[in-house]
Amino acid sequence: MNNVLLDVSNLHVVYDTFEGRVEAVRGISLKIKQGESLGLVGESGAGKTTTALSIMQLVPSPPGKISSGEIKFQNIDLNKIAEQKMRQIRGNRISMIFQDPMTSLNPVLPIGLQIAETIAVHQNLRFEKAKYRAQELLEKVQIPAERYKEYPHEFSGGMRQRVGIAMSLSCNPSLLVADEPTSALDVTIQAQILDLMKDLREEFDTSLILITHDLGIVADICDRVATMYCGIIVEEGTVKEVFENPLHPYTQGLFNCIPKINDKGHKILPIFGLPPSSLKYPSGCSFHPRCPKCTEICVQKMPPIQSVKGRTLRCHNVTI
Amino acid sequence: MLRYFRKRLFLLIPVLLGVSLLVFVIVHLAPGDPALTLLGPNATQEELVELRTQLGLDKPLVLQYGLFLKNILKGNLGKSLLSGEPVLSELKQRTPITLRLAIWGTLFSILIGIPLGTLAALYQNTWIDNLCSFFALAGFSFPNFWLALMLMLMFSIYFPVLPSSGMGTWKHLILPVIVIGIQNMAIIARMTRSSMLEIIRQDYIRTAHAKGMPSRIILFRHIFSNALIPVITVIGLNFGNSLGGLVITETVFSIPGTGRLLVDAIRANDYPVVQGGVMFFALFVGLVNLSVDFIYAIVDPRIKSMYR
Amino acid sequence: MEQEKLIVRDKKQSQLQEIWRRFRRNKTALVGLAIVIFLFLVAFFAPLLAPMDPNKAFFKDKLQLPSSTYLLGTDNMGRDILSRIIFGSRISLYIGFIAVGIGGIGGTILGVFAGFYGGKLDNVIMRTMDILLAFPAIILAIAIVGVLGTSLGNLMIAVGISHMPRYARIVRSSTFAVRGQEFVDAARLVGAHDFQIIIENILPNCLAPIIVQSTLGVAQAILAVASMSFLGLGIQPPTAEWGAMLSAGRQYLRITPHLAIFPGLAIATVVLGLNLLGDGLRDALDPKLR
Repeated sequence: MNNVLLDVSNLHVVYDTFEGRVEAVRGISLKIKQGESLGLVGESGAGKTTTALSIMQLVPSPPGKISSGEIKFQNIDLNKIAEQKMRQIRGNRISMIFQDPMTSLNPVLPIGLQIAETIAVHQNLRFEKAKYRAQELLEKVQIPAERYKEYPHEFSGGMRQRVGIAMSLSCNPSLLVADEPTSALDVTIQAQILDLMKDLREEFDTSLILITHDLGIVADICDRVATMYCGIIVEEGTVKEVFENPLHPYTQGLFNCIPKINDKGHKILPIFGLPPSSLKYPSGCSFHPRCPKCTEICVQKMPPIQSVKGRTLRCHNVTI
Repeated sequence: MLRYFRKRLFLLIPVLLGVSLLVFVIVHLAPGDPALTLLGPNATQEELVELRTQLGLDKPLVLQYGLFLKNILKGNLGKSLLSGEPVLSELKQRTPITLRLAIWGTLFSILIGIPLGTLAALYQNTWIDNLCSFFALAGFSFPNFWLALMLMLMFSIYFPVLPSSGMGTWKHLILPVIVIGIQNMAIIARMTRSSMLEIIRQDYIRTAHAKGMPSRIILFRHIFSNALIPVITVIGLNFGNSLGGLVITETVFSIPGTGRLLVDAIRANDYPVVQGGVMFFALFVGLVNLSVDFIYAIVDPRIKSMYR
Repeated sequence: MEQEKLIVRDKKQSQLQEIWRRFRRNKTALVGLAIVIFLFLVAFFAPLLAPMDPNKAFFKDKLQLPSSTYLLGTDNMGRDILSRIIFGSRISLYIGFIAVGIGGIGGTILGVFAGFYGGKLDNVIMRTMDILLAFPAIILAIAIVGVLGTSLGNLMIAVGISHMPRYARIVRSSTFAVRGQEFVDAARLVGAHDFQIIIENILPNCLAPIIVQSTLGVAQAILAVASMSFLGLGIQPPTAEWGAMLSAGRQYLRITPHLAIFPGLAIATVVLGLNLLGDGLRDALDPKLR
């Protein structure tokens, strides 16, 4: 297990809001190896973004809190280290890309500066040197280096996201967390960005956690995939395993929602029902109101984790 | 960008015209006969009539207005009825005094207001926030003439350290500047706080944290650069009002500034001073507002490119 | 129909409850509310609370320091300061509310018309507001009083007019926000008159900022009137108005400062209370702004 880069065990995150206590993440465990990429799939509100923020230790702290669990990165428990140390890790060894390129960049600072400052701070370089590196990065993400001093509003959404990618890879992080990086872009740009990410990953050998609700993207770029529902990972495995044989009813439901190009006449089956409010999850297995395989035990008890050769599953009625 | 400002400058003209009309109307509606005021109650009828003709008060109002406008364009703001001096020279004499107060007062208010607002925003909802916000609000709520008197009481009477009136040395400036500063500080602090609260919530600040930037850099480079922009407007607005707005302070501390000039003139129906003075102020306010917009455009790249 | 009305009413009630709950959480706002309520009570029960007639001058007791008979001392004409302050609250409240009423109603009407009809009307109205704003507020008020005379009514008109542009701006932007929405067009299609649309749809949206501005406005109006009286351009003596009292007290600052201290303290407290209340209302009505 020596090249396990990130080891999340039994993570619980809660938000204490006016309306009550929201358990956003209820005991998830993940392992990412060096160079590996994991797709984290689920509907809105499943807890994917919270998981990502927890790894970065950026959970907004008045309402939110990591209530228990370990997040071990290169054997350091991120939950326990001082903020000062965490700051040295963020942007440097673990980076994050956010969903909305329109609002993730500071509107009054030149984009080149926003890349260069990361380099200057983490690698202790003088600004001229950092600027040079930043320009190199811009070229790598296919933005002309002369545009270093331009402002975010002078770029399109896709280009801004590329700046975001440049920022996140500027210090060669070992792990990249990407929260739906292409959801706000149109499909053709999406493809470009994904290709770019693939190339850069190869070049820098960066591990990736890719959060998305689009299974197609997962197929394209990820080695492994995990599906989340109501704060729990219900299934995990390699992309090949899960795509060829989805075990959990929820995962099956997700695949049934996708129109298949060579499957004419096949009806698209939506998953019955709506995702529950995070204030009040259903008892037992949270998926039970919507599950075609629901039985009595599903209503009463949360299914235990089954783990066989890297494949995990949480379902009473299906065995790996 | 120059085109934009030429346009704004151009738009200033109708506003100034409007101001001139308003001022003219107000002044000429005012009861009281300037001739009577000048000559006193013992003047004879003939003397009054003669003076009125001299002053052009017998001509039809529209003509008077026309003359007024023509004179303004020539730079002639008339002569004060009270002192006989040209209005423009009275203004020229007093403006530097008021401006000095205004500038120092504004600097003081910025120096205290921005840190106060910043602290309140960074420690939102803690006792620090409550304390700072309360101070800011208190400064805003105290009537400035009362504050002036209390300060005078303390530092001129009980501990006679500072002079209580007149102008001359830097010591004379201290108390009035403090009064002005405290009043304006409140507005600046509140604006800073609310602006910062809004900016801190923004996604790009989260991005800056995610990049592992130290808090110092996030505050000064990322947050301030955005949050202080609206604060500039407030500072500008305050400053724009300063020529006329410092009336109370000037009165309490017996400072011969422009505000007092105007108030005394209104009281005495010295209408050339009122007309000329108000036009002067309106022009000043207009120019200050224009400068604020200019600074805004320089400082905020989004606006700058709108007018490139 | 009845069912729907009930649902709407319930929703409104819980909205109000929500607002009240948010307000309650804010301690300084509660202090502000307490001060304002106190002010109202003092003003209302003034004749009962004041130990003496505010205008009665006991010449032999001129310029007395606070004592057991004259709790806050006497002024230069021998009048009891405490009683004058108590009665002064009436004037301050009266002026504050009427001035804000004038400014608020006038400004709201102008703002709604400017926002709703847009185009030329908007331009004209806003240019006029700009002209008003080109004057420092105090100069404008003084000028108007200079024209109309220093009676109480004119004072209120003067302060009211100088407040109008603020309301006009706020209401105008709220109107713009609502006007663009589709339900306005829908209402028109159904045949609703403009007037109806304005009253039923647009005004309720402006209500929150108007309330906040009004509370703060009363504070500003009280300060404005006190300032003008201080300059001798407002309420004339012997009426017991706080600003005028301060003006008189100024001369005696060296010997008997209490003439100036207490009325000023009264103004400061009242204005502070109103400002705290206004801020609290703003936070309660729109938590986003916090």
